[in-house]
Amino acid sequence: MELIVNGVVETGAPCTIAEWVAQKGLAPGALVVELNQQIIKQEQWPMVQLKEGDHLELLSFVGGG
Amino acid sequence: MKDDTLQLGGKILSNRLLTGTGKFAAHAQIPEMLAASGSQMITVALRRIDTTTRSENILDFIPKKVTLLPNTSGARSAEQAVRIARIAREAGCGDFIKIEVITDMRYLMPDNWETLKATEILAKEGFIVLPYVLPDLPLAKRLENAGAAAVMPLGAPIGTNRGLETKPLIEMLIENCTVPIIVDAGIGRPSHAAAAMEMGADAVLVNTAIATAKDPVAMGRAFDLAVKAGRAAYLAELAGESATARASSPLTGFLDE
Repeated sequence: MELIVNGVVETGAPCTIAEWVAQKGLAPGALVVELNQQIIKQEQWPMVQLKEGDHLELLSFVGGG
Repeated sequence: MKDDTLQLGGKILSNRLLTGTGKFAAHAQIPEMLAASGSQMITVALRRIDTTTRSENILDFIPKKVTLLPNTSGARSAEQAVRIARIAREAGCGDFIKIEVITDMRYLMPDNWETLKATEILAKEGFIVLPYVLPDLPLAKRLENAGAAAVMPLGAPIGTNRGLETKPLIEMLIENCTVPIIVDAGIGRPSHAAAAMEMGADAVLVNTAIATAKDPVAMGRAFDLAVKAGRAAYLAELAGESATARASSPLTGFLDE
């Protein structure tokens, strides 16, 4: 399965958003996920299956003025 | 002075210093700065994460009683600003949004036209919209009509610490707008903040001048005092100026008269 993650092509076995986040070792607390320009709330991550060609944006809050 | 509060979209602030989270040497300085300055609203930005490194969650450093003001920095169009605003709200950051649309990378001048478009859209969606703009009175009136909760004119370009270079233009907004005017960007010293408040600004937003001071916590406190002094002076109504001297002591009854 090929995904576009933050603009970069990544490959992996089919999985849910929750599984993908866990595989990457990302801290879920700080993470905001957008799938094909739709925001996916954290409680939905285990239910949403990633598909070939999906565009995933992983964002977080940072310092800014 | 006790009841001198600022209302922003239903939120009542008793402190008129808004702060930012950018450029601190360590995130741990942020809660200390907030405690020292009394600031009740602070900006954050949203960015793509680097999936190869682990980093701290900045929200962990902001006490829950402080209201988050996410900004749309990084947006180069109204459409991008709207997208960032919606993400910030979905992420649980509340309804406040500082619209920042910048297309000029040398001076970081806000794009007033795109900012107005984003304000129109987001206000309709129920956001509490605080647009960051180059001070321009007709634009400010359009922002008001579009539902902006405040207008945030710049004093000088972001991060320059040059103060109120746009002072006469900000004064026009203060005199003619009904929504609060919050001077944002360019304020480099507490005296700049005091000057903005003295002339009737409703609040100021300070980031660089606090975060990059040698002691950001002490500087946060200095800005708090300056904002309070400026506000008190505004409410007391300043005495008039004169081109010639006006004696403070009586001009009669001298010893040799």
